[in-house]
Amino acid sequence: MKKFINTLREIWKYPSAVFGMIIVLALLVAAVVVVVKIPYSEAIDTWRGGEEVYGKNPRNVPPTWYNWFRKDKLVESLDMNEGDEGVTIEEIVTEGGTPIKTTTFEFDFQYDTFPQDLVFYFTSTFDTKQPFVSVKIFTPDEREIKVGSFAIGATHTYPLKQDEKLRKKLGGVVPNIGIFIQENDETQTPVKGIYRLVVESITFEEGSTVQSEFVLTGQVFGWAGTDHLRRDLSLPLLWGIPVAMAFGLLAAIGTSVLTMAIAAIGTWYGGIVDGIIQRITEINLVLPFLSILIMIGTFYSRSIWVILGATIALSIFTGGIKSYRSMFIQVKESTYIEAARAYGAKNGRIIFRYLIPRVIPLLLPGLVSAVPSFVFLEASLALLGIGDPVLPTWGKMINDAYANAAIYRGWYYWILEPAVLLMITGLGFASLGFALDRIFNPRLRGM
Amino acid sequence: MAEKTLLRVEDLKLYFQTSHGDVQAVDGVNFSLPENKAVVVIGESGCGKTSMAKALLRLLPRNAGTYSGKVLLNGVDIMAMDDEQYRKDVRWVKMSMVPQAAMNSLNPVMRVKDQVSEPMIVHSAVSKEFALEQARIMFQRVGVPVDFLNRYAFELSGGMRQRVAIAMSLVTVPELVILDEPTSALDVLTQANIMNLLKGIKKEFATSFILITHDVATASEIADYVEVMYAGQIVEFGDAYRFFTEPLHPYSEKLMASIPRLRSTSKLDFITGQPPSLINPPTGCRFADRCHKRFAKCSEEPPTVNIDGRSVKCWLYQ
Repeated sequence: MKKFINTLREIWKYPSAVFGMIIVLALLVAAVVVVVKIPYSEAIDTWRGGEEVYGKNPRNVPPTWYNWFRKDKLVESLDMNEGDEGVTIEEIVTEGGTPIKTTTFEFDFQYDTFPQDLVFYFTSTFDTKQPFVSVKIFTPDEREIKVGSFAIGATHTYPLKQDEKLRKKLGGVVPNIGIFIQENDETQTPVKGIYRLVVESITFEEGSTVQSEFVLTGQVFGWAGTDHLRRDLSLPLLWGIPVAMAFGLLAAIGTSVLTMAIAAIGTWYGGIVDGIIQRITEINLVLPFLSILIMIGTFYSRSIWVILGATIALSIFTGGIKSYRSMFIQVKESTYIEAARAYGAKNGRIIFRYLIPRVIPLLLPGLVSAVPSFVFLEASLALLGIGDPVLPTWGKMINDAYANAAIYRGWYYWILEPAVLLMITGLGFASLGFALDRIFNPRLRGM
Repeated sequence: MAEKTLLRVEDLKLYFQTSHGDVQAVDGVNFSLPENKAVVVIGESGCGKTSMAKALLRLLPRNAGTYSGKVLLNGVDIMAMDDEQYRKDVRWVKMSMVPQAAMNSLNPVMRVKDQVSEPMIVHSAVSKEFALEQARIMFQRVGVPVDFLNRYAFELSGGMRQRVAIAMSLVTVPELVILDEPTSALDVLTQANIMNLLKGIKKEFATSFILITHDVATASEIADYVEVMYAGQIVEFGDAYRFFTEPLHPYSEKLMASIPRLRSTSKLDFITGQPPSLINPPTGCRFADRCHKRFAKCSEEPPTVNIDGRSVKCWLYQ
């Protein structure tokens, strides 16, 4: 415990290490919080859900904070339900006894671009006679646009953009633009101000109701943006954290510990045991690591846990065996090891109580520095298309972006967000690892 | 009083294999040691003293070649045991060792109390608490302050580390302790303290010692017997008192003459040349080339002659 505190105190001397440790701790905390808040099954279901989950999101739009850096503000998405602020409901009954429900959606439009679409969602209850709705739009420049009148079923989606009649009415301009500009405006600047959308619904039966919802799909969404399937990218960004941490840490710990133990055993017994371990290492060193993983991913299983196991198995017999062996050979000849042999300590005891503790200080920095390489490996595999098909991860996100030519089409956020997170992870672990190396590696002390 | 023989070594051989040929580090060593006695092994560097100690404890290096002979401990031939039985029954149970450079023989990542209790835990099914208690008692006995128990080896001075190493060799109360140069890197005062400590322990625990040293003067304090080794062989073995007053072998004479004495004006002597290579030792007497009493017969293998209980390997006494 005292030693641990001393180590912490030493770390404090290196600002880069403090920086790295803050990042690492933040990532670990975030990983735990994410897993608790969004359980695995929920995350998978949401991520793999279709229109019913993401239908009201805009498609391929950058995150909201894009607006902070722009002069011409992008339209933010809007979802208004009955009962929300800006929605007023008025119910009257005509002399003929027909109830009319007037729902007014009012919103302040202060943007310099046009929304992706304006969509009404109607839900109604009736026995035989369908309710009837008519929609009107009042613009700030005091135009009144009669959008349309139609009978609705139990559920009815009405995207204004696809309404050809409305398009003609607006002089051939696509409605999501036409509604917001003045007639024959060549510059196509949207009119700013309060827009009012009035929905009049008439029901013809006792007990028949109409609920309406208005969605304005904008040009920005959430803090992470959306992808080609309108999915909110915050989910893979968040869930990428626990996946990356689990993969990176498990792989790094698994490989480092096993490498060290095997190197110790080989060095201690020497002879044929050592020979076999060294030959396996040499063969493994010339085997193409990534190609083998790609083959496993292609022909056997793309589960992240299978890939993790294969990664650990293939990473055990690598250069680490050689460098640990060189240290163990030195330690093995120490007098105190001979003393231990003299007082009758068994081989296992000598390996695990005498040899390995001596080298553990050197294991720690290596382990920490190895984490990002495994995090990147997982991302690389996903990018190459053999990532876990189910899990939303950073690599999967980059893969999707790549498959949809994100850079070519200017959807930089799609690639940059996971890339920045990967870089921060790498930076955090690397700066912590380098500092630990300086603290624990006697040869670097005082440098 | 009839003395019971504790250790009997017959024709012990230990050769090391090298690319130039076999190094005959221990070449046919014979001696016996009664109970509760100390034998001091002296000789130049590289004449096989440490190798003999390692051969006795079967701590063979990887390149060990020939390893033969008989070692009878309490009449049991321990050379005939297999490794596991040897580990269980001999090491530290009957015979322990304070290795050369005992200061480095402590595990740097273990607290000294754990280190000292380690042999007990390894050998007998004692609880950790009991072992630690024994370690504490042993620390008090060898004069290490009890508050040092929680320290690591590097936090101790050389003399203290030596004491810890000695404590470690004694925790299992073996009958024979081999001390390999226990005082070589210590100052004179500490050397004297350690020797006094060993004397006390010898009395108290009735242990026997094999003490390997270059330092004849310090060794004379505790020695009951002296064994002079040269080029892998024992050239003289005998009672300490008579050895120090009148060494028999020419090599022993020269060794004794090289030691400064308090009340003597004689010039210190030295031995010319170097010990022979142990890969191809000269035929006949191995000391012949450097011997001041050399004569024709010395080119033949000298016999071991017994003179009133002392044995010497030299043609002079034939």
